[in-house]
Amino acid sequence: MTYLPKPRFRHPDLPTNALGFTRRDYEGAVSTLCAGCGHDSISAAIIQACFELDLPPHRIAKLSGIGCSSKTPTYFLGASHGFNSVHGRMPSVLTGANLANKDLIYLGVSGDGDSASIGLGQFAHSIRRGVNMLYIVENNGVYGLTKGQFSATSDRGSKSKKGVVNTDEPIDMVSMALQLGATFVGRSFSGDKTQLVPLIKAGLLHKGAAFIDCISPCVAFNNHEGSTRSFDYVRAHNEAVNRLDVILPRAEITTDYEPGETVDVKQHDGKIIRLRKVAKDYDASDRIGAMTHLQQKQAAGEIVTGLLYLDEEPVDLHEALKTVDRPLNMLEDDDLCPGAAEIAKINDSLR
Amino acid sequence: MPQRLEAINDFVVKFANVNGSGSASANQLFAKAILRMGVPATPRNIFPSNIQGLPTWYEVRVSEKGYLGARGGVDLVVAMNPQTWDADLKEIEPGGYLFYDSSKPMPASKFRADVNVVGVPLTEMCNRTYSDPRQRQLFRNIIYVGALSALLQIEPEVVEKLLAEQFRGKDKLIAPNVKAFHMGRDWALENLQCPLGIKLERRDAIGDMIFLEGNSAAALGAVYGGASVCAWYPITPSSSVAEAFEKHCRRYRTDKATGKGRYAIVQAEDELASIGMVIGAAWNGARAFTATSGPGISLMQEFLGLAYFAEIPAVIIDVQRGGPSTGMPTRNQQSDVLVCAYASHGDTKHVLLFPEDPKECFDFGALAFDLADRLQTPIFVMLELEIGMNDRLCKPLAWDANRKLDRGKVMTAADLEAGKLFGRYLDVDGDGITYRTYPGTHPTKGAFFTRGTTKDRMARYSEEGPDYVENMDRLLKKFATAKKLVPAPILREAKQPTKFGVLYYGSTSPAMVEALDTLETRNIHLNAMRVRGFPFAQEVEDFIAAHDRVFLVEQNRDAQLRTLLINECGIDPARIVPVLNYDGNPITARFIIGGIAERLAGANVTPLRKAVP
Repeated sequence: MTYLPKPRFRHPDLPTNALGFTRRDYEGAVSTLCAGCGHDSISAAIIQACFELDLPPHRIAKLSGIGCSSKTPTYFLGASHGFNSVHGRMPSVLTGANLANKDLIYLGVSGDGDSASIGLGQFAHSIRRGVNMLYIVENNGVYGLTKGQFSATSDRGSKSKKGVVNTDEPIDMVSMALQLGATFVGRSFSGDKTQLVPLIKAGLLHKGAAFIDCISPCVAFNNHEGSTRSFDYVRAHNEAVNRLDVILPRAEITTDYEPGETVDVKQHDGKIIRLRKVAKDYDASDRIGAMTHLQQKQAAGEIVTGLLYLDEEPVDLHEALKTVDRPLNMLEDDDLCPGAAEIAKINDSLR
Repeated sequence: MPQRLEAINDFVVKFANVNGSGSASANQLFAKAILRMGVPATPRNIFPSNIQGLPTWYEVRVSEKGYLGARGGVDLVVAMNPQTWDADLKEIEPGGYLFYDSSKPMPASKFRADVNVVGVPLTEMCNRTYSDPRQRQLFRNIIYVGALSALLQIEPEVVEKLLAEQFRGKDKLIAPNVKAFHMGRDWALENLQCPLGIKLERRDAIGDMIFLEGNSAAALGAVYGGASVCAWYPITPSSSVAEAFEKHCRRYRTDKATGKGRYAIVQAEDELASIGMVIGAAWNGARAFTATSGPGISLMQEFLGLAYFAEIPAVIIDVQRGGPSTGMPTRNQQSDVLVCAYASHGDTKHVLLFPEDPKECFDFGALAFDLADRLQTPIFVMLELEIGMNDRLCKPLAWDANRKLDRGKVMTAADLEAGKLFGRYLDVDGDGITYRTYPGTHPTKGAFFTRGTTKDRMARYSEEGPDYVENMDRLLKKFATAKKLVPAPILREAKQPTKFGVLYYGSTSPAMVEALDTLETRNIHLNAMRVRGFPFAQEVEDFIAAHDRVFLVEQNRDAQLRTLLINECGIDPARIVPVLNYDGNPITARFIIGGIAERLAGANVTPLRKAVP
């Protein structure tokens, strides 16, 4: 960690995206997290994903709760509005923001304490409602800011830095998200950028409730022998079901793979998510199959990663509520107020 | 024969029913018929926290003078519930009347010697005429309205017209209802001495007044005030605010071409999520509100602190009920004053509005959104069950055709492009209110980070003492600005110069007007001031200073507004004498008169008189 400001200097040959922005334009303030923290890798992946997708930074709203993970929105997308809300309550604030303006991209960043403990209810209900967002849980199985208490995602039998063994069953957020009707469910690992960046890109494009559980080891409190969230443990038990690419419409589609190895899913804006199978027979469009696969692998102590489930035709909250196309925060007085003439009629009906 | 109470257009009728028996619409028909005869009447639902089976009452006070407060005592009981017979009988004033279903004989011990008994064989008539059990139950209610119309001289044409209006669109229901009404009416005319000593006569005392519920009026205010997002969690007595908002929006906010709505309503999983959504939506530039009651306010505390400190608009319609805890969920109190005024941990103060009736529920319901955007802070509209869930006669609604929604200080893309300095918490105008930007406004300018932690004026994270103090002091300055924006108090001057004053607010209003009139006839004169907002206007402090003794009438145990006055205005507690009604029943003029006259008598300032008329 450092308190030195980032230099403004930028190399003239720095690559730019379709909007003319460099990767630096998607960065935020300097991180104040511990050196080596998995969360910083996720921030870097978010920056990379937004840059590669040519997203205008100011059209993204980033929201978080409280905790180490929830601090990270300060460290990416400095040109976006951000909201560091109340512990465990990011989902409701994001839902409200989304109701007000359906045209922005909503990125919710949370942690396992924030979403699996204090905020489990709000996590669940925002997923159920199909809020159009990308919800990332930076999952390290531990409370970092308060120095090393177990979180609700810590595995039973996992050992804390002080040597205490966790006796509670863990909450598996991926299984919950699937059960609750998330239309995009992924899991990744902060140490696997090649998997994480395209997964975030696909999640940002998804027009519905997209959820990514990102295992993100805590170097300060949960990276030791006996922890099931350490870098070594996750690397040893990572079972990817697929790899994906996000292909922009302007890019030439090349076929490097044998037929049957890949599945292309066209997104509402023309971009294509291309899934490359790793686990034979894994079908990411089969929700029940995904749940079964997860249960089986988890029982065997494996951590299943990849794009686990994708509904190709999601229905988001605005569609369900049948709101007008124009964002509600753009409506004018005449759209909202029935006016003085109507008052007389109302009065007449009340006599 | 007992003595007979005699009165024209001035009496109280109480219907004792069983919850779920379909009596509500028949009782409302009765009240509306009186209004249509040009005579003011106030109905009150007295209901349990229950759907079916428990006792429920509907009380109608008829008052030609227009006193709409609860009076206390009952002149005629319509006893349709055997469970509560004994208690209902006790409430009748000597010389009053008991209307009952005489299908089954009742022992003499079930009556009172000083009460006139009026028996109508309702069940017998129903069983003779109808075979379907549900019809028997529903028409029984209309039959008693028919019998009462004869006994109290309600014009039958008025009832027929109301039935036709009520069943418009379901026209085949009109004739059977009219028939049932006349069945009861004809039986009473043939078999009973009609009218009773208490009766109605047509007047023209209603004028252009309207009749509606405060909850519906507040919801309509939200529509007029431009609210486009509503997030709520069901809780008595506020649920009908959100439900009415939905109804009004379907009517006024549906796009004709597409059928899509210019609004979004979410029934949240709890009150924390409700207020969270409101804050998220308002942060993003939509006008948003929630409707709740005391327990919901308790749950929202942490978020309310965030909205105060991060300065995000929010409107909370709090329909107060009896607390603490689950308290008296279906009874009235003004007991959320302090929990709203100082909601959340840390140093906070919030803006409160106190409507007196549905008209002000509408006015303040709309105003709250302008205030929230202008002041960038939560605004509480403090309804009460008494005005929220009861139909109330009030002045007609009004809306100025030239009125524009006040969006407050919002910097636009053009402002930013023009190079205007933007600091989210930078007070450029000296009124404590700073500029904000909506997310997504400008590609490179105007973005900021919203947080509940301390920040400097440019919205940068800061734990520096001076930054914190500057911010907290500016919030005080903003609160002082709010003082001039909340509705001003209303003064009613006594007919004679007096050293005594009385303060009151909210649903106490009609009982207070009646109490002041009555006290005046006894030569007790008080200046009265109705408080309509917090922070308190300077006039409230001046009023207290201008009187030797000031009473404060409230409907809670701890005199919460008094605490707020003492604390915020630095007033000597001895100068404000509390008069407190907190049994869950609406306050009556009798109670206020008793409370004030007794204390004045104790102070030996006026001749001792009997307090209760």
